[in-house]
Amino acid sequence: MKKITGLLAAGFALFAGQAMAATLDDVKARGFINCGVSEGVPGFSNPNAEGDWKGFDVDMCRALSAAIFNDPTKIKFVPLASKQKVLAVVTGQVDLTSRTTTWTMKRDTKEGVDFTSVVFFDGQGFMTRKQNGAASAMDLNGATVCVTAGTTTELNLEDFARANSLEFEPVVFEGKKEAVNAYRSGRCDALTTDASQLAAFRITMPDPAEHVILPEIFSKEPLAPLVKHGDNAWKDLVTWTINGLITAEETGVTQGNASEQKASSKNPTVQRMLGVTGDYGSYLGLENDWLYNAIKAVGNYGEIYDRNLGSESPLNMPRGKNALWTKGGLLYVAPLR
Amino acid sequence: MTIIFQPSPDQPAPPTQRGVIKWLRDHFFSSVKNTILTFLGVGIILAIIPPLLDWFVLNATFVGNADECRAAGGACWSFVQAQFRLFMIGSYPQELAWRPIAAGLLLLALFIATARQLMPGKVAVVFWLLLPLPIYWLVGGGFGLESVDTSKWGGLLLTLVLSVVGILVSVPLGILLALGRRSNIKLIKGLCIALIETVRGVPLVTILFMASIMLPLFLPSGMEIGILYRVQIGIILFSSAYIAEVVRGGLQGVESGQSEAAASLGLHPWVTMLFIILPQALTKVLPPLIGRCIALLKDTSLVIVVGLLDFLGISKAASQDPEWLGFDAEAFVFCALIYWILCFGLSRYGNSLEKRGYAAYR
Repeated sequence: MKKITGLLAAGFALFAGQAMAATLDDVKARGFINCGVSEGVPGFSNPNAEGDWKGFDVDMCRALSAAIFNDPTKIKFVPLASKQKVLAVVTGQVDLTSRTTTWTMKRDTKEGVDFTSVVFFDGQGFMTRKQNGAASAMDLNGATVCVTAGTTTELNLEDFARANSLEFEPVVFEGKKEAVNAYRSGRCDALTTDASQLAAFRITMPDPAEHVILPEIFSKEPLAPLVKHGDNAWKDLVTWTINGLITAEETGVTQGNASEQKASSKNPTVQRMLGVTGDYGSYLGLENDWLYNAIKAVGNYGEIYDRNLGSESPLNMPRGKNALWTKGGLLYVAPLR
Repeated sequence: MTIIFQPSPDQPAPPTQRGVIKWLRDHFFSSVKNTILTFLGVGIILAIIPPLLDWFVLNATFVGNADECRAAGGACWSFVQAQFRLFMIGSYPQELAWRPIAAGLLLLALFIATARQLMPGKVAVVFWLLLPLPIYWLVGGGFGLESVDTSKWGGLLLTLVLSVVGILVSVPLGILLALGRRSNIKLIKGLCIALIETVRGVPLVTILFMASIMLPLFLPSGMEIGILYRVQIGIILFSSAYIAEVVRGGLQGVESGQSEAAASLGLHPWVTMLFIILPQALTKVLPPLIGRCIALLKDTSLVIVVGLLDFLGISKAASQDPEWLGFDAEAFVFCALIYWILCFGLSRYGNSLEKRGYAAYR
């Protein structure tokens, strides 16, 4: 008790005089990044059997660590409960939260955080059995749909049905588990929730190949890492590291060919990106080969996606909306120049 | 010639009045109501046991990957096997795993030494009071050992550290609070009552949230206390307030004649308290005290709300591994089994302590 009161007193005394420190300086002085992740979301972040953190969100932090320290392991992973994910950034407990967090206006303006670049376009979709023969949500007219009660999920379903003049018969459940179990046992023709979760639920089906996730996404859940509001230099650094990984996919620079590209590529974007020409890294307070190091460590956006969520992972989610803008997706980042 | 009466041997009781049949009749079919209940019970057992047996053993997979598990349809024990390391120590570095094990052995050694009374009681008390230090040193490092950041502690290791250290610190602290509450000095008495009543008026979850979210707001940005330490302090505070009230009950239960007798012998009040009142009081309240310790062990599972991956948290995380999706039930069954072993062991030990205590003070 004494300890706590002492600490509180010390805290209050210093609270007023405390200045806004630059996160990058803190991180460099500390020697590692504090990266907030989720306690376990399949494909996005969870400790594997060896206790190492793996996943899509985790790799974003690894890329950042490689960009700053030329070493993808200079990270302390802080598992955050859902209620903490915004507060932990505000209080400085973590330098960034990379934890399946939807970019909303309220969080961005009112809760003291800034969002960087969207890493994953999630949104509500449908899963159904292949034998039903539905190739699109428009073929689901009259279908029974398992959905959780009282959530935006249920409202989104109604809106989608009205907008497309479809008739659904919602079968409403208290929790997600119950809804999934009901779908598994055949109570409903289709199941609706966020697409990333549908992919995880599909694996738990006795015959995953017999289920298909339909292409329509009908709610906006842009997931982006977030940082504390007010440190623009740090926000730029995180934003442009992610943008760089996406640009690397656009220009075909991969983990495997990065060295070769750095030596021989004539593409001016690639040269700037890998630090051959220009001093773009110094704009962020980093070495000019920051992106080269990040790509060498974790690969470009496409490789990170495939490894954790896509074709090389058990989740096997199609790129869908998360394909590059040149390939019909939504991934479009400002040019690196 | 005398006729000697030869009694013919007893007829055996009719088959319905002896052996298994009588036993069955007496116990299961003694009336219409009981007969109905018996059939109902058997029906329920028959309905429950075979599917459970199927899931736990017959259709279960003991060796094999996730696909083989899903194909078999039963429990997937190879999942628990594959994630065993994670369950036990979370992200703690494998090559340093001997250190938590050493800490566990230390705890066990002290436990056995105390249970077998290999050393005088006073020495044992000192050792127990000091035990949290080597535990944190062995697990966390420093002073010559490579330090392991608390963010890597997890699984059963984290649960045990939180609860063992929590119990070892909160019991003496609780006793002090209880004594403080009986103090004649108004200031001490007031402070103890305020602390006990404040903490008891707040749920543990709130205290954990305070420790994890509010406390950092008050700390200067350069100053950091790891979340684990904050949570540990919160758990200790919470538990010691309850233990203080349990101990107070014991103190009030000791007859006033005891302290009067000691006073008439000219014993110092401190000596009276330490060697006459307190031992009797603690013996009286052993059952609820052990109950508090068990409750603390189970309460540590609440730390998941502040993002610490204790045994329960890591069980959830392990079942979210994309390689092993959909085996939550196995994770929770395993988790429940270990918790049960720990709590049941603690409760049995409490029973044996009670017997010894009552024998000593009869």
